[in-house]
Amino acid sequence: MSDSVLTAGSPGHKREPSYLEMDTGHKGIFAWILATDHKRIAQLYFYSMMVMFLVGALIGVLIRLELMAPGRTIMDAQTYNGFFTLHGIIMIFMFVIPGLPAVFGNFVMPIMIGAKDVAFPRVNLLSWYLYVAGGIIVLVSQFVGGGPPDGGWTFYAPYSVKSATNIGMAALGAFMLGFSSILTGLNFLVTIHRLRAPGMDFWKMPLFVWSLYATGWIQILATPVVGITLVLIVFERVFQLGFFDPAFGGDPILFQHLFWIYSHPAVYIMILPAMGAISEIIPTFAQRTIFGYKAIAVSSMLIAFVGYFVWGHHMYTSGMSETAKWVFSFITFLVAIPSAIKVFNWIATLYKGSINIDTPLLYAVAFIFTFMIGGFTGLIIGSVAQDIHLHDTTFVVGHFHYIVFGGVGFAFFGALHYWFPKIYGKMYNAKLANIAWGLFFFGFNVLYFPMFIAGYMGMPRRYFDYLPDFYIPNLISTMGSWFLYAGIILMIYNLVKARRSGPPAPANPWNGVTLEWQIQSPPTYENFDEIPVIKDNPYTFKKESARHE
Amino acid sequence: MSDHSASPAHAHVHRDDTGSKLGMWFFIFTEILLFGALFIVYSVYRFKNQDAFHAAALNLDTVIGTINTVILLVSSATIAMAISALQQKNKRLAIILMIATLALAGGFLVNKYFEWGAKFHHGLYPGAEHLVSLGPGQNQFFFLYFFMTGLHAFHVIVGMGFIIFVMRQVMRDQLTFDNYTRLENAGLYWHLVDLIWIYLFPLFYLIH
Repeated sequence: MSDSVLTAGSPGHKREPSYLEMDTGHKGIFAWILATDHKRIAQLYFYSMMVMFLVGALIGVLIRLELMAPGRTIMDAQTYNGFFTLHGIIMIFMFVIPGLPAVFGNFVMPIMIGAKDVAFPRVNLLSWYLYVAGGIIVLVSQFVGGGPPDGGWTFYAPYSVKSATNIGMAALGAFMLGFSSILTGLNFLVTIHRLRAPGMDFWKMPLFVWSLYATGWIQILATPVVGITLVLIVFERVFQLGFFDPAFGGDPILFQHLFWIYSHPAVYIMILPAMGAISEIIPTFAQRTIFGYKAIAVSSMLIAFVGYFVWGHHMYTSGMSETAKWVFSFITFLVAIPSAIKVFNWIATLYKGSINIDTPLLYAVAFIFTFMIGGFTGLIIGSVAQDIHLHDTTFVVGHFHYIVFGGVGFAFFGALHYWFPKIYGKMYNAKLANIAWGLFFFGFNVLYFPMFIAGYMGMPRRYFDYLPDFYIPNLISTMGSWFLYAGIILMIYNLVKARRSGPPAPANPWNGVTLEWQIQSPPTYENFDEIPVIKDNPYTFKKESARHE
Repeated sequence: MSDHSASPAHAHVHRDDTGSKLGMWFFIFTEILLFGALFIVYSVYRFKNQDAFHAAALNLDTVIGTINTVILLVSSATIAMAISALQQKNKRLAIILMIATLALAGGFLVNKYFEWGAKFHHGLYPGAEHLVSLGPGQNQFFFLYFFMTGLHAFHVIVGMGFIIFVMRQVMRDQLTFDNYTRLENAGLYWHLVDLIWIYLFPLFYLIH
């Protein structure tokens, strides 16, 4: 690696204008919404996604308030149906699916492989426009037509076809969000294949890049299936084509198959980049090389591959042959193996490491904790016999949120605290960040753990009202949501304050060794003065810069 | 990776022919999975309504279908020849071959228009009393027929737009004998349009 790259940003070196200060030839907001720089597009995604996340989380809090006690609490049943549908569509399609790839994948992946940008910068911007257009369509669908869509984010036929509410428009919005996701995945795949710095073969890529590579394949191969399925729903509503209507020889179960053929792999679109980010944070804060690099890299690909063949576990009670059930159940158990490989390797990396307990590591540890609970409960409902009892109960809601919020959410905010100094060139208040993390983690567990108990007792999910027997777990759960939301607000306050008036961040605050820490904070428009030449594995922690010799 | 940056401000603009083609291939994978889902729907409903699908397929005009298949196959050849012509610096021939491809594509759509028009005329469209009276299976066949050939026709139109776009660039010498990847990508996309039809044609017209 050249010296100019290594010394950039270190004291005494003259700092060059960063991508934030760069003159792009456009004024004001156009310097952003017409930007093709991967770092600016990452920020466009970040701000739009955070807005959607806060709206989705607020709706979540309102849903919890309604469920605090049996009977009507703050809203009527139809509003409740609209709220849990909107909560699902926003959180799934606009936060966790674009999630880490669109924000941190865009920002750090090209830097991690020593590139100046992604392969198709303008397509990258187009992805963001599709994201915004899809988001606007979903939001507008709340206010026009037959009223806010209900029936949940899964758009199950035949209800989604028969409901008088504005489901068609919401499905169209979700289709566009899917298109955006496909283009991001395609862009990343080509970038990773073509733009790696000299010397960086696949086995020298950072693990976050590996996880994005696996994710990219799921995005381009699974998303079109749900895309066309949602278009079928729209056509069925608009042109009276009865694809899923038994009166016309259609089959509603087929809709469920098509939906989950995408939507189960989509869970891996969500979680794989999260695992990738954790694989970056852990070696940096243990200050030692990652344990089992190849095992973690290969397990990402295995999860992506095996994840295609487990969709049937969402449908044990829908009507399938007994053989199909146990085959799907068996493959579901198989997919737990590569996930466990990662967890063991993370723990082994921490073992005898020289651990710095900073905020990103706290998030990473919280991720491992919640992901393990989510994973083990996944095995419980992955086995057919128990699923018959637990299907469609709040047990499933608890499991799902432990994986998707406890997994992706903690990884997202961990990644945010990890790369924040690099993105903005500012440091945040670590003490406040840790307090916010504590509130978040405490509130999270208080919110979602009681759902396992209520579900085990038999409380159905998505119901507006419930029997008095389930009062206590629901009450505790609702109280947890307050802590959780307070933690999020405190975290955002802390980060906004840091962005405005935080002390300047050094180029490498955590003593990381991947390429993004070798350039100044925030990076220049072109990331590197000279494209680095890679000779070593990405996680070689040695004194000085011996790894670059 | 070769980096032909013109000025520091445009340092991101690099040319990577293999990368562009790779991107087009990935997009084609996506398209195949898009239609793949519809092929699953088709096979499930064919399995469930075998007799009705058989009876409904008899209504399709095999002659028009065959003509359209030949048209698309020839148009695939002309777009491939256009690429070869440009590679051999014969810009004029390349443009003629692209116009021929567009004309063939237009012919395909005209045939499609008359074919669909005849179906509407015979009351074989979704919601028509005659079709409803034929029972659920035949309805499902025609839902799929209109949706899948309609989606394919949409791809024909997008492909034509793509070819017109690159044809303008060839005319303006933005695409030349040593810089023809975009034309090649248009050709790849056009072959995809052809490929999908190669599966649609037997599924709807030939299997009785």
